[in-house]
Amino acid sequence: MAQTALECINIQKYFHDPVTMQVLKNVSFSINRGDFVSVIGKSGCGKSTLLYILSTMDTDYEGDLLIDGISMKQKREHELASVRNQKIGFVFQFHYLLNEFTVLRNVMLPGLKLGKLSAEEVEHKAMEKLRILGIENEAHKKANQLSGGQKQRVAIARALINDPLIIMGDEPTGNLDKKNSQVVFDIFKELAEVYKQTLLIVTHDNEFAQSTHRIIEMEDGSIIR
Amino acid sequence: MKVKLIIEIARSLLLARWKQTLVAAVGVTFGITMFITLLSFMTGLNEMLDGLVLNRTPHIKLYNEIKPSAQQPLDLTEQFKSAYTIIESVKPGGSRVELYNSNAILQALKKDKRVLGVAPKITAQVFYNIGSIDITGVINGVDVDAETKLFFFKDYVTSGQYFDLKNVPNSIILGKGAADKMLAKIGDVVQVTTAQGNRVPLKVVGYFQSGLADLDKVQSYCSIATTQKLLGKPNSYITDLQVKLHDMTLAPTMSIEYAKLFNVDTEDIQTANAQFETGTKVRTLISYAVGITLLIVAGFGIYNILNMMIYEKMDTIAILKATGFSGNDVKGVFISIALSIGIAGGLAGLFFGLGLSATIDQIPFNTAALPTIKTYPVSYNPKFYVIASVFSVVTTYLAGYFPARKASKIDPVIIIRGK
Repeated sequence: MAQTALECINIQKYFHDPVTMQVLKNVSFSINRGDFVSVIGKSGCGKSTLLYILSTMDTDYEGDLLIDGISMKQKREHELASVRNQKIGFVFQFHYLLNEFTVLRNVMLPGLKLGKLSAEEVEHKAMEKLRILGIENEAHKKANQLSGGQKQRVAIARALINDPLIIMGDEPTGNLDKKNSQVVFDIFKELAEVYKQTLLIVTHDNEFAQSTHRIIEMEDGSIIR
Repeated sequence: MKVKLIIEIARSLLLARWKQTLVAAVGVTFGITMFITLLSFMTGLNEMLDGLVLNRTPHIKLYNEIKPSAQQPLDLTEQFKSAYTIIESVKPGGSRVELYNSNAILQALKKDKRVLGVAPKITAQVFYNIGSIDITGVINGVDVDAETKLFFFKDYVTSGQYFDLKNVPNSIILGKGAADKMLAKIGDVVQVTTAQGNRVPLKVVGYFQSGLADLDKVQSYCSIATTQKLLGKPNSYITDLQVKLHDMTLAPTMSIEYAKLFNVDTEDIQTANAQFETGTKVRTLISYAVGITLLIVAGFGIYNILNMMIYEKMDTIAILKATGFSGNDVKGVFISIALSIGIAGGLAGLFFGLGLSATIDQIPFNTAALPTIKTYPVSYNPKFYVIASVFSVVTTYLAGYFPARKASKIDPVIIIRGK
């Protein structure tokens, strides 16, 4: 029997500005370890909003969220930060690399923050992740010297550095051309199948979604599939 | 580990914006430099001006005031104990201005741990004789060594050698004003008549210039022995004992204590020169106010630059938070930036401040009133440097704290979704 990585129970979310409206209505589902899940839906259906709640960055919601069986509802800001650090890896539409640092340093930052390994070990691990993603040759370049596709791969390596429970992606291929999208998708696929990495990807690319293990489709704040 | 990481991030952000950082640091440097220079210069001037009077003034003066006895014989008789007595035309008696038992008092004072030193002195009213004209004057009989050690006598002897007063018998150091009137050159012999009518020839061995022209027209200096001879008094005759203390603030209480103990009149420096302290205080206050204002302005510079940096680095802050850095970590990053600007700028400021003070110290400053001063006076009190360091750190911390708190409260969702 598969272990549950993430579970949400009756999540409701309202936006209050300019008028109060409900964006998420009784959203409940769970993701098992090793699942490769995609969330699809039209623009404004609440899929990104849901992702940010699941990521613990948005705390203004009703219902409960369990990550690794632990409720996030009562946790304080710095506790949530450490959950994100340890258990969640992010890949956004935009790469969000720090231009002041080298590629390697960018990948290392969350690992150094976690502080479980020495700087040398984190560096070694970061090089390994970059090798998996095929960009180890760029490790000592500054982040802004890379192409868009390479940057997104660095962002994935950064998400992987602490061996997270789950990787969340918010339109990770949204800014990429066909070729690079395919590369990123293949990486996700490899992570899921070879490394049994749990993945939750929000996308509007149906082709992308079709090749994942499971599709959650949303409409008007509810899950319809 | 965590602190090291935060400092590393801060350093990278700093170096990425090194021009702005430099401007902010220069602001602090300028503030600290001016703070130190201003205080050093102002305090130097204060010390010089105070020194004019305070250096030459004993902390406690022991003497006998010419005054009528507080207890008249009538008060002592039993007969009028219950009566209200009025005595008209009371005059001071023939009591001496000499200090009784001066030698014993001198020894007792020298044993007191609070006392830095004691200089005996005789004041004698005289006339300087210039042909047929007599000018009134005062001769101070001083112990040359004690006077030099405690009251910087040497510094005020502008021509001639101060120790000749001790070595040459019947010698005098004339006030510059008095010497000019008498047309007396060094080596000349001048005639002096005492109030008692003795006329004595004295050899001029130097000029004395206190910086107070009125005083220099009247005052001259002789050795104690010469003055005793001049007055026809024995060598135990002393009219004043000038006491200098280790801690000047004890003077008022000790002066009362000595008055009782030795049964003499005393005067402390605070009572004699209250106005000097007031002036010093006000000038110091103004210097501090200007210096601190400069630092606060520098603080606003840092505040602005950090605010700009936070707007520019919204993405960085958002991703740091998304990958597990807490609000406090982000705050730590920006406070480290502010503090490193403050410490680097402050340190440079300390050096520049010292340099500028030293430069001012070299600028010639000649004035007839101040014979001992050749360049602008500057004080190198380490206190200013300590205060400046503390202030640079405190102002930059405060200037960094508010932007840092703002950064720590940035919601990463808003930044990331906005793209």
